[in-house]
Amino acid sequence: MDNLADLLHGFSIAVTMPHLALMAVGVLLGILVGVLPGLGAPNGVSLLLPLTFGMQPVSAIILLSSMYWGALFGGSVTSILFNIPGEPSSVATTFDGYPMARDGRPTTALATAFGSAAFGALIGVILITFLASWVAQVALAFGPPEYFAVYFLAFASFVGMGGAAPIKTVVALAIGFAIAAIGIDTVSGSVRLTMGVDELVKGVSFVVAVMGLFGIGELLVAVEEEFHARAVSSKIDWREVFRAVGRLPRHGVALLRSAAIGCWMGITPGGPTAASFMSYGIARRFSRRGRLFGTGEIEGIISPETADHAAGTSALLPMLSLGIPGSATAAVMMGGLMIWGLNPGPMLFVDQKDFVWGLIASMYVGNIVAVALVLLTVPVFAALMRIPFVVIAPLIVIICVVGAYSVSNSYLDVVMMLGFGVVGYLFKKLFYPLAPLVLAIVIGDKAEDAFRQSMLLSKGSLGIFFANKLVTCLIVGGIALLLLPLVLQLARLWRKPASPAIDTPAQEKVII
Amino acid sequence: MGRTSTFLLSAAMLAGTMPASAAWQPQKPIEFVATAGPGGGTDNLARAVQNIITKHKLTEQPIIVVNKGGGSGAEGYVYAKASAGDPYKVIFGTSNAWQQPLVSKVAFNYTDLTPVAAMAQDEFLLWVKQDSPYKSAGDYLKAAASGEFKMGGAQSKDTDEVLTRMIEKAGKVKLTYIPFKSGAETAVQLAGGHLDSHVNNPSESLGQWRGGTQRPLCVFSPKRLPQGPKVTASEGWSDVPTCVEQGLDIKQYEQPRTVWLPGKVTPEQAAFYVDLMKKVQATPEWKDYIEKTSQVDTFLTGAEFDKFIKEDLEHVRQVAGEQGWLVK
Repeated sequence: MDNLADLLHGFSIAVTMPHLALMAVGVLLGILVGVLPGLGAPNGVSLLLPLTFGMQPVSAIILLSSMYWGALFGGSVTSILFNIPGEPSSVATTFDGYPMARDGRPTTALATAFGSAAFGALIGVILITFLASWVAQVALAFGPPEYFAVYFLAFASFVGMGGAAPIKTVVALAIGFAIAAIGIDTVSGSVRLTMGVDELVKGVSFVVAVMGLFGIGELLVAVEEEFHARAVSSKIDWREVFRAVGRLPRHGVALLRSAAIGCWMGITPGGPTAASFMSYGIARRFSRRGRLFGTGEIEGIISPETADHAAGTSALLPMLSLGIPGSATAAVMMGGLMIWGLNPGPMLFVDQKDFVWGLIASMYVGNIVAVALVLLTVPVFAALMRIPFVVIAPLIVIICVVGAYSVSNSYLDVVMMLGFGVVGYLFKKLFYPLAPLVLAIVIGDKAEDAFRQSMLLSKGSLGIFFANKLVTCLIVGGIALLLLPLVLQLARLWRKPASPAIDTPAQEKVII
Repeated sequence: MGRTSTFLLSAAMLAGTMPASAAWQPQKPIEFVATAGPGGGTDNLARAVQNIITKHKLTEQPIIVVNKGGGSGAEGYVYAKASAGDPYKVIFGTSNAWQQPLVSKVAFNYTDLTPVAAMAQDEFLLWVKQDSPYKSAGDYLKAAASGEFKMGGAQSKDTDEVLTRMIEKAGKVKLTYIPFKSGAETAVQLAGGHLDSHVNNPSESLGQWRGGTQRPLCVFSPKRLPQGPKVTASEGWSDVPTCVEQGLDIKQYEQPRTVWLPGKVTPEQAAFYVDLMKKVQATPEWKDYIEKTSQVDTFLTGAEFDKFIKEDLEHVRQVAGEQGWLVK
């Protein structure tokens, strides 16, 4: 085991007092930027980057990657407590985390999220440790058609997921695609759908969209219903933190499945956001309690969080070994590598052993430091839920406005954020699902680019999606996921001809 | 006594008034606007310059870098246009400042900006996969003539595609151009065998060359690149032949890294930044940055910079016109 010896050497670099101190600082800063929406990990890391120019590369990357772990954890906090995702990848955590927190169990929700996140990160690091070279080869096999197939799989795991009527899911997806198309198109280079607003050439920022849809949208509903007028009387109990973490092994299947999805999406690189959505979608499909998802289910928190962190961690691998970043934050760090004089790419593992293995060892230690620190903060954050709604509501508006503005210092973003708030409210009132809309905004343009690049490669033939085993498997898997609800529905009808309570097959057909 | 005090007084007055009357000095924090996302070449330049200025205290005011890379950089230029007359915003970009308005309906033109300088030139090379059979650009063109090759590049109708169309014309071949988001992404697609070639800058494919997944055939430069440290065991940048040497007649194609101010700033304000960038360029950290990113050190300002823009613009207009890309 060459890798093991290298890893031990790495530990000897990572576990030194200065490096442990850097990790703690990085994690705390990360939690801070993760909790503040609009700041986020990529911005936080780029703010810190100039400070690292004078450092040893290994110390610099330890600081930055620790900040990344902290931000990934911190991003879940506001998702669960206020329904405002601080990071794109923690949107899926709001679906069950927020209802659970409102239900008076914020401690359980936060501890579950952090515990499963740590598990996901650990699996991601183990994967990097032992399969680095193999994984790098797998990632190389991904050309445009394979990318499209992966995105298709992510969409397919969501459509017809149950809950909302499938036709409403499709409408939400379509609106999301239209929003994703705003701005400059990669393939043709032309400006699309800016409707005469010059500034829209930059496209619609994801953060702006989710803060409006979730934060403001939820607030409008709450104001109308007066449901939140009193504070949640949550018991803050230290033991509940440990109890929640202790309960995790009972959901072993969900943990492992989500970690696998996360690692896969991190490497390929579909990224943490797509991973968390896909994991949530699949958990909802396969869980026995799937129908209760969205009301505060434990597995509805475990699945996206585990996948998010597994993907976030394994996304660093393609960056190091191929020089292709699997996430926005990885892209910033790659810029850092170049400035420190290191060239990401296959030779990094040969030329810069100390750096690479020091970093990998720091991922183990850094994640332990991060999870210890965030678990300590759970009661503090959970206590926020005790604040009365009349106090917290204006605070949420302020956070959303400042967050939207800070994305690119633009008032237009604030206006758009408020507009999205109204859209979010209408969606809720009319029972349209928000998740497909968000998913389409995030990966819609990537899916479109991949599809059109494939069409350029094949000169317009769809045969390219069945050209090799890999892409065929992915596409067939996606189609199977799309058809599954229809098949199950038909099977049920076959056995029990009359069951009027369930969606009719006619409705199901619309999506396919 | 009296004479001494008069002398001191006048000396003090001289010292006090000299800088104020001779040059404009910034009085509040300066914003560096990178017209690219975090991590790209333009962003790296902005941050390297920020770092050098702060380290050497070249100005008293703090500097903040912000990224406005949406719409292939258009976001940053539109922002600059809206900030006309504001000398506290410095825009870092490339040749897309004048190329983009030619080919897409963006709401700015380079004439809305005040040029400061072009600070570095990135070279372009023709890259193929390591195990491909082509030894030279000649072999490549011969093979490309019989089958339609797939050429990857960053963005559409931007520098990479312009160069691709120039290669088509000079080599009398037909290439299928596939646009990706960035040069790094394109490099990985070539390594995976999904493309036949690309025209990345040195820094975008350095790691891939060292790692033995792809190699350069030739450089689009009038002479070979300067001698530097070896990249692979046997070769360095100076060992790459020029494309003209190999029968691909494109003498020069470069990507300048450009610095701008918003429009309607005073000549004194522009002069301050020209001077500031000159000072940056004289530091050892700048040399280090240039070497690590494998760029060519240049400094074009004033009439020289204008001439460069006009020539490049004419050239791109010609290629864009032939391809039918020009927007009305």
